[in-house]
Amino acid sequence: MALYLIRRVINYLILTAVATSLAYLLASVGLNPAQPEQQRHPRPPQIVIDHLLDRWGANPHVPLIERVWVWFSNILFHGDFGISVQNQPVVTLLTTRAGVSLQLLLIGSIIGAILGVVLGVWGAVRQYKPSDQIVTYASFVIYATPVIVMAILLMVLATGFNQAVGTQIITFSGQYSADAPAAFWPQLGDRLVHLLLPTTVLILTSAASYSRYQRNAMLDVLGADYIRTARAKGRTRNSALIRHGVRVALIPMSTFFAYSFGTLVTGSTLLEIIFSWHGMGEQAIQSIQQNDINGVAGATFFVAILILCSSTLSEVLYAALDPRVRR
Amino acid sequence: MRENAGVASVSRVRGRPLLEVRDLSVTFPQRKGGDVRAVRNISYTIAEGELLGIVGESGSGKSVSSLAVMGLLPTNAKIEGEILFDGKSLLTMNDRQLSDIRGKDIAIVFQDPLSALTPVYTIGDQISEALRLHDTALTRRAAEVRAVELLKVVGIPDSERRVKAFPHEFSGGMRQRAMIAMAIANNPRLIIADEPTTALDVTIQAQILEVLEEAKQITGAAVSLITHDLGVVAGHADRVMVMYAGKMVEMGTAEEVFYEPTMPYTVGLLRSVPNVRTASTERLVPLEGRPPSLSDLPVGCPFAVRCPAAIAECLEVEPELLAHGQAQDHLSACHRAGAIANGELARTDIFPRPEAHIDSAVSHGKGETILEVTDLKKSFPLFTGAVVRRKAGAVHAVDGVSFSIAQGRTLALVGESGCGKTTTILELMELTKPEGGRIVLEGTDVATLNKNSRNALRADIQIVFQDPAAAVDPRLPVGDVIAEPLLAQGVSKHDRDDRVTELLELVGLDPAMADRYPHEFSGGQRQRIGIARGLATNPKLLVLDEPVSALDVSIQAGVINLLQDLREKLGLSMIFVAHDLAVVRQIANDVAVMYLGRIVEYGPISDVFDNPRHPYTQALMSAAPIPDPREERSRHRVLLDGDLPSPSEQIDGCRFRTRCPLYKMLDPVRDAAARAKCEQDDPNLRPHDFVEVACHHVDRNKLLVD
Repeated sequence: MALYLIRRVINYLILTAVATSLAYLLASVGLNPAQPEQQRHPRPPQIVIDHLLDRWGANPHVPLIERVWVWFSNILFHGDFGISVQNQPVVTLLTTRAGVSLQLLLIGSIIGAILGVVLGVWGAVRQYKPSDQIVTYASFVIYATPVIVMAILLMVLATGFNQAVGTQIITFSGQYSADAPAAFWPQLGDRLVHLLLPTTVLILTSAASYSRYQRNAMLDVLGADYIRTARAKGRTRNSALIRHGVRVALIPMSTFFAYSFGTLVTGSTLLEIIFSWHGMGEQAIQSIQQNDINGVAGATFFVAILILCSSTLSEVLYAALDPRVRR
Repeated sequence: MRENAGVASVSRVRGRPLLEVRDLSVTFPQRKGGDVRAVRNISYTIAEGELLGIVGESGSGKSVSSLAVMGLLPTNAKIEGEILFDGKSLLTMNDRQLSDIRGKDIAIVFQDPLSALTPVYTIGDQISEALRLHDTALTRRAAEVRAVELLKVVGIPDSERRVKAFPHEFSGGMRQRAMIAMAIANNPRLIIADEPTTALDVTIQAQILEVLEEAKQITGAAVSLITHDLGVVAGHADRVMVMYAGKMVEMGTAEEVFYEPTMPYTVGLLRSVPNVRTASTERLVPLEGRPPSLSDLPVGCPFAVRCPAAIAECLEVEPELLAHGQAQDHLSACHRAGAIANGELARTDIFPRPEAHIDSAVSHGKGETILEVTDLKKSFPLFTGAVVRRKAGAVHAVDGVSFSIAQGRTLALVGESGCGKTTTILELMELTKPEGGRIVLEGTDVATLNKNSRNALRADIQIVFQDPAAAVDPRLPVGDVIAEPLLAQGVSKHDRDDRVTELLELVGLDPAMADRYPHEFSGGQRQRIGIARGLATNPKLLVLDEPVSALDVSIQAGVINLLQDLREKLGLSMIFVAHDLAVVRQIANDVAVMYLGRIVEYGPISDVFDNPRHPYTQALMSAAPIPDPREERSRHRVLLDGDLPSPSEQIDGCRFRTRCPLYKMLDPVRDAAARAKCEQDDPNLRPHDFVEVACHHVDRNKLLVD
């Protein structure tokens, strides 16, 4: 199993390199970093622009293949992802922004997944009862609501709540307040308050979709013969369903968890912009707007690494849940 | 009336009544249409230590009534009546209280051991769970030790290691043993076995029934054995209960029910199943029609429309279950039962044996050879490696098989699943150059065929598949289904329509039905459609892959008779693949017994079956159940150990050696030379009298002296 995993990880690493290089190639062809400089008033002398382009490794006079190689070898041998158009090393950008995004994503998607599974199982066991119907309708309503509508709705509610209480309890702009006391606990509290609204949106949307899938997977298992066997051995219906049913129903979900986590980054871009979080999604959009080749490649790299981690995680999860695929 | 019947059946039972079912009815309410009345007013008792056989076709209510006892029916089922276990009423208990009885006092063994075990837990964990649920003081360690013991009891070798295996690492037979281990874990007082051997091969079926019998001895439990196979209950049951359309229609001792049945359904059922000892000497009696829909039951006796002995009363009043003969607890629900019991109405007159259409000489005389197969080989490569696939070996599914079929004769291929029967016929159907060996169809070596000549020759060899529900396209009207082979042969529309009419008549269906869709037909009728399709191009050779195994017993006979008639009428040659040896004997002239891709015994069927010479054939024959209690009880059985080895396994010498009872009897010292021969020399087919046998020690074979 360990050997198998190592092989898979190497596979994924190669894929990551290919994906990132392709992104760099595409960005180099499609984006023109010189454009903002050329449109300045007064227009800087060409030599200054060329100097900047050289700094970014984007000088069109150098053959594309050579630029790709320089960029690639810098990453490989120096861990250097180049300089962004704001003249910051991309690595620094990546690390700060990744931290911000992960804060938002990890908590939201983990709680969302757990809630989704619990609701799905509960709904399946109580199929067609009023409680199941309510959960079903609620999740479809949430599923159908655009993130931006939900976010603004929550903001309105939070503002209303703040006004009702008389002080600003819920803040929802940025990651932290500049004026929070420096001690550990107040800092943590401040961060959590800022996380509240965006995380709620994330939890609601992911729980809504997970619960539908989980409910279906669980319904498949409900009528299974081995549930009947477990009951014949002396388990009550509910205990048989939880001990024998849930684990089998989780197997198809494990792949779904992992991959939806990988693609969440791109999905949460909107959330970051609405709540003014300076995360990776925002970075990706900005890089494209600013014709930042290195920035685009960096953001792609981050997403690729996330997919790598989540695919590996899905394989580990799958093997942990299902003995039939272990070798 | 009904109460009297219940009391009567209790009185003669020797032991104390353990389970008493009184007036049990189970109804499944439907949103549209009538409610499905799966079980109606049945009453029976099972005494301590007794084995009750419950026989019935699918939909007869036999499983539903047993699941009602366990409290395992779906929540929408409406259950009425009373079920007393050891004096306690089960139907008034809630799930919590029932779960204390389930698995401890009453255990159940289900039909399909593949889906009945949770795939993600080890066998040991699942057995321990059964133990620890009812004995909370038992430690995890102690439960595991006990699980190992239990696996030993049910005959799983190397149980210390196997206890850690997952269900998918077990074969079907081993899974069923594990299920039995689970069932007997807490020394239950009643074991319900719901079709425990239906999914298994005959040799494994014999082993499992033996284990069940042993489990009964060890625990002293009563057993309720549910099956559709009359042969399975014949040898094991003390009493037999026959169910039809949710009703109990006959109940008595095994002897009474098998030798003196008083309900025409039982009479017909017994006359419709072939017996492996006597088959092919008489024609089978088909039961016409099919059971009524449980959501729209007729007013009178549910069997009346299929019953040749029915009188006016039968259509108006549903008969009560009563005693009719001398024995007070031989009960049957029939208005004519009295007349049947006292001999006024002879059983053979109710269901007379039908005459064969024409007894042409074709099947007896040796015609020209239609098909000749020499040294046929087919292997499937095995691969390993996830990134780079490497060939790691091969499964030799068919490994040097030779046989020939003359015109008008039927060859049967028999053997356990995995022996290569189906691969052999699929290789034939390919009509291409085989991996090894030669296939000559009608004098043409198929290796020499080009695309056009292959297509033309395909008209001469056609196939009928096992599952008629899956093998017929549900979106085509049956006329189109039948005409499809003709379409492939480029026959004109007008000729196709004529031929479809002709074929439907030939297989005993109304030609007006050509426009209907397959779902409007019953299983037996659908198989007739499959046969009509097979015959569309007027083939010389018809290949039949388990053509009746998916059908209910009462339907089987009609299809078998049809095949026999067709053979006589059309001078057809057939290859018949089946696992039911009695069915095979009923229809085939010659038989080839296959084991691990080889033929081990080959010859005329009566010679092979009456006097089997290969130890494997002997084991197969003695494992085949016979629907006759006295014969079944007095039989000498040759039981095989273990399962069919994986065909990828390399076995030196004789392939059957690892399971061969004859090889085991050879003395390691005295018969060292004989044993060495088995170990080193792979036996070829050699002639013995009229048959060919692949065994070194045919002359020393004393396995079956009875």
